[in-house]
Formats: sequence, C-alpha cells, structure tokens
Amino acid sequence: MKGWKRKRGQAMLERRLPVGVLRWVGATGLAAGALGLTLLAAGVVLALGGYSPLRAGTALVSGALGSPDAFLSVTLVRAVPLVLTGLAVSLAFRAGVWNIGAEGQLYAGALLGAAVGLVSPGLPAPLHLPVLLLAAGLGGALWAAVPALLKTKLGVGEVVTTLVLNFVALNLTSWAVRGPLQENRGIFPQSDQVAEAARLAPLWEGTRLHWGFPVAVAVAVLLWWVLKYTPVGFRLRAVGAAPNAARVAGRIRVKPLTLGTFLVSGMVAGLAGGVEVAGVTYALYEGLSPGHGYTAIAVALLARLNPLGVIISGTLFGGLEGGAGAMQRDVGIPAAWVRVIQAFVILSALAIERWVRARPHSVFVHPPSAPGGAP
Amino acid sequence: MSELLAPFFEASVRLGVPLALAALGETITERSGVINIGLEGSIIAGAFAGALGALAWGAPGGAIAGLMAGGVAAAVFAFFALGLGADQIITGTAVTIGGLGLTAAAYETRFGPTGTALSLPTLDPLPVPLLAELPLLGRALFAQPVTAYAAYLLAPVLWWYLQRTAWGLELRAVGEEPCAAEAAGVAVVRTRVFATLFGGAMGGLAGVHLSLAHTATFAEGMSAGRGFIALAVVVLGRWNPLGVVAAALLFGAASALQFSLQALGLNLPYQLFLALPYLLALLALAGWVGRTRAPAALGQPWPAGR
Repeated sequence: MKGWKRKRGQAMLERRLPVGVLRWVGATGLAAGALGLTLLAAGVVLALGGYSPLRAGTALVSGALGSPDAFLSVTLVRAVPLVLTGLAVSLAFRAGVWNIGAEGQLYAGALLGAAVGLVSPGLPAPLHLPVLLLAAGLGGALWAAVPALLKTKLGVGEVVTTLVLNFVALNLTSWAVRGPLQENRGIFPQSDQVAEAARLAPLWEGTRLHWGFPVAVAVAVLLWWVLKYTPVGFRLRAVGAAPNAARVAGRIRVKPLTLGTFLVSGMVAGLAGGVEVAGVTYALYEGLSPGHGYTAIAVALLARLNPLGVIISGTLFGGLEGGAGAMQRDVGIPAAWVRVIQAFVILSALAIERWVRARPHSVFVHPPSAPGGAP
Repeated sequence: MSELLAPFFEASVRLGVPLALAALGETITERSGVINIGLEGSIIAGAFAGALGALAWGAPGGAIAGLMAGGVAAAVFAFFALGLGADQIITGTAVTIGGLGLTAAAYETRFGPTGTALSLPTLDPLPVPLLAELPLLGRALFAQPVTAYAAYLLAPVLWWYLQRTAWGLELRAVGEEPCAAEAAGVAVVRTRVFATLFGGAMGGLAGVHLSLAHTATFAEGMSAGRGFIALAVVVLGRWNPLGVVAAALLFGAASALQFSLQALGLNLPYQLFLALPYLLALLALAGWVGRTRAPAALGQPWPAGR
C-alpha cells in the first residue's frame, strides 16, 4: 500500500518540529493548492470570456487590499458574516451534520434580531445590543431546530430539509418587511433602522469595520478550543468520523450530540444575521445576504473545517467578494463570477482532499476531517 | 366552478411538468445509488442554454441545447463525485452554486448588466385533437407544450425500464448492493455515470420548460429551488417513476394555488403561497419517512470506504 512506510525525510522532520506546526504547514499548502487551481481555472475562463485575466486580477486585489480602508471597510466587513456562517458549517460538518441551511438560519437570526432591535423605547441601553444578538442566535437555533428534530426524531435526512427551509426563510423575510416590520413610512420593503443602542460600534472611527469582527474571531477561538480540548468536542469529532464506532465502542449517545451540534450551528449562523443587522445594515431587508450561507460551505472546506482556519478563509472570501465589486466597476466583469470561483474552490478542495486521503501517513496532514457516509 | 377549476388544473400541470422532468431524471440517478444535489445547477444550465439555443436555432434547437447543458453540469458532478469519489452532497452543492453563478454571469456578459428582457421563440402548447376537448381536465392535460408530453411518455417508459428490463435490474442492483452487482459483472461506476448524466439531461429539459414554455425569457436564478423540491418529489413518489409524476403534479397544484386563491380574493400574504411548495416538501419528507425506503447504497461512495 502506497504511503504505508513513512518516508525517512518525513520522520526526521517530525522529530525536529512539533506535529502541530507540520500540520498547519500542510493545511496551508493544501489551501494554497486549492486556490492555485481555482485561480488557474478562473484565469482560463476569463480569458475565454474575452477579458484580460491580469487586469481583472489587479482590479480585484486593489479593491480588496489596495488601501487600509479597502481592507478594513470592505474586506474585513464582508468577512464577518462569512466567518460566522463558515463556523456554523464547519461545526456541523465536523459532527457529520449536513447543514446546508446556514442561509435560512442567517435570515431567521436577522429577522428576530431586527425585531428586537426595533423595540423602542424598550430595553435599557446597555442591554439592547446583547439582547439583539441573543435573539439572533435564538432565531437561527429555532430555524435549525426543525431539520434537527426531523433528523433525530424521525430520521429524515437533513440535506433537503435545510435547503428548502432556506427558501421558506426568504419568503418569511419578504413578508415581514412588507408586513409587521415594514418601515413606518410604508414605502420600501424594509424595516426602520434599529435603535442606536442596539448597534455594533465601529472598531475604528472613520472605517466601517465594527465590533462584529472581534466577536466572530472570539466565536472561532471558542469553537476551536471546544473541539480540540473538551470532552464534548472529542465526542463530536468521534461521531463525525465514525458514528457507529462512536456509539458502540465509545458509548457516545449520538442523537443528543447531533441535535446539540445542529442547534449550535444554527445559532452561530443566526448570530451572523444579527451581526449584519446590528453592524452593517441597521435594518432588515430582503437582499440582506447575497448567499453568505452558501459561500460558507466554500469557506469551511477551504479551512478544512478548522475554526481558526475559517478566520483566514473567511477573510479571503471577504476580499474576493469585496474585490469583485471593484472588478465589476473597473473592468466590467459581472460580480456573479465570484460564485463561479466559489464553486471552483469547493471542487478543488474536494479534489485535493481525495489526493490527501490516498496518503494517510503523511505528517503534513490530519487524518481526514471531513465526514463520510450517507446523507 | 369549472371556469375557476380549469385554469387551476392547467396551471398545476404547467408548474408540475418541470418538477416531473427533473424528478424523473433524479429517480434514475438515485436508483443507481447517487444523490445529485447539483440537479438545481442542471436546471438553471438547461434554462440558460435553452434560451441561447432558441435565439440561435429556434425553440427545438434550444431544447436540445438545454438538454445537453444539463448533462454537462451533471458530468462535472460525475467527474468529482464518481470519478474522484468526492462527497456527493458537497460536490452537488458546488455544482449548484457554480451553475447559478455561471448562468448569471454569462447572462450579464451576453445581455448587459441591466438584463434585457428577452423574448424567445417558445415551445407553444400543442393541443392533442379530441383529448384536448374533454371537459375540465382536457386542456389542462392535453393542450400543453411538448415537454409535458415528454413527461407523460417517460413515466411509463422509465417504469418499464426499471422493473421489466435487464438493464433496469442492473441499475437497481448497483443502487442497492454495489458489491453484489460488481461480482455479477456489472460496471458499477459506469452505470452510475450514465444514470447521473441522464438525470442531468432531464434537469436540463426541466430548465428548457421554464425558459421556453413557461415564461419565454431567462432570469437569473429562475430555477428557484425546483431542483431541491424535485429531490423531495422523488421521495414522495417512492423512487417509482409513476408515483414521481403524480407527486410532481401535486406540487404543481400547490404552486398553482397562489393564482386561484388570489383570484378568489382571499387576503392572505402571497409569500405564504410562494413558500407553500417548500413547506409541502418538508411535510412530505416528515410524513413519508418510514413508509418508504431509499435505495440502500444511496449517497455512498464506490468502491466502499475509499
């Protein structure tokens, strides 16, 4: 069997450097490989479409990184919901839960969060923001509870249920901003602005970057710590890797764990919606998310489902989306190409994952973290 | 009453046909043990290629272009999920995201950022003589575009293929017990690839119905989750082509309710009706589970444990 005997060079490396470092190097290399493949494919497609890949690339990079303000106000601001939904997806996938409903959970969170933010005169000022974020998390968890209970109580596969609930959430939002939550003027399909006290303050004056970014980073660190160092995190990873072994040999009760993971995943996605309302839009409207919940899958896979990696991959996609806006303005390339790039990233990451799985004994990679098995 | 019911039945069939076509294809795919979430990508690819093809060669050419585009989207899925053995759910999601993005971007590139309202050559209703004159259901069932007749025809043909032919038996064996099928000399991966390509082409045809028969235009994201509803339709139809068409018509009726109830002057929010097919899909999956059984190897990679 190929790779059965470790290469001598790898064994020597392992003696000199901690395994953790080697695996970070490996994960970074794999992500870079996936991105490299993607850029190559994107360049070819752009050239075929009659655009100059070089000009497109320049516009994209300068739009995302060209100035401190571009980085802070465009890239990082866009990264916040992507990191949070990416975390939601990573957590679920690690436990073998196919939550493809982060988009709907985000909207449910935004809806409930905005409803709380609009209460006026209502809560004492210092409480308004925390209650808004809590409500958003609750909204996401409630929305995830439907497929979670269907899965654990009735055995209904979560893939289709989470997907169709995304469309239900969109229609619910569409109704809310034309009905109970519509602005007082009653002209546009959007809500009024949430109370001042319920908003996330800018991190630095003069930029649009808000406190949602540190919140997202904190959630990432927390989830990373829970997964890596706590018993529940261990059980979660065990269930994701091999549910039957976890149940039989590990005596892990799979269903409560699945239910809990699903709810927390939904909560984090809902928080993303609340943070968008409290930090960026200050109001609820239909196009609040241009598909963050779907991009989140690319974000999570590029990070190989590692919560700390999600911070980096989420920022990368934030830059990609922000830069795509500049690309559309300057070079006239439709921003929708970004979604094609996201699909490329997912497919490259999958191809590389297969390549890794054929080399199970390399020191550079974790044992496969993505769960297998039937949907 | 019949002046209200006849348009309702007509709309039910018109809205049910794309679901029936896509779900019939997915039925074959799933019976071979493959779950293709990328069906949504095939539908939108079919709708867009159908529009482009219709502009270039007229409606029949558009139908063929759409069919092929749906197959191409499924080929991408097949390469990663069946060729490389990557996870089927994630691969399918990527194909859907890519299909929606590519068609939106190409539409903008071709027709400008504002999106010109296209007026396409259409697949017009072809009334069947005599049958179309039947009261109440006549026009609903037999004054439809050719895509509807394709669905009527394919349902029994596919049922016969699955249940009564040696090829159908091989396909079902691959989806239930790939190990046994391989031992019996069936090429598992090849069978699954063909089943997946067929499913994608049917998704493409569903897209053609949307752009050429249902609306005569193309709009970004016009597939609107029909690929996902088709997955629920397959479950509700118990992986049986005849049941699947019946289930698709039920979902078509749920979508058609919005027009009829609005005509009745019921003052309910229209978003409720838009959400109805999705809610119905949810209910169907919840209520039907345990009373039906998916192909045993559905979603599992081959060779096992790869």
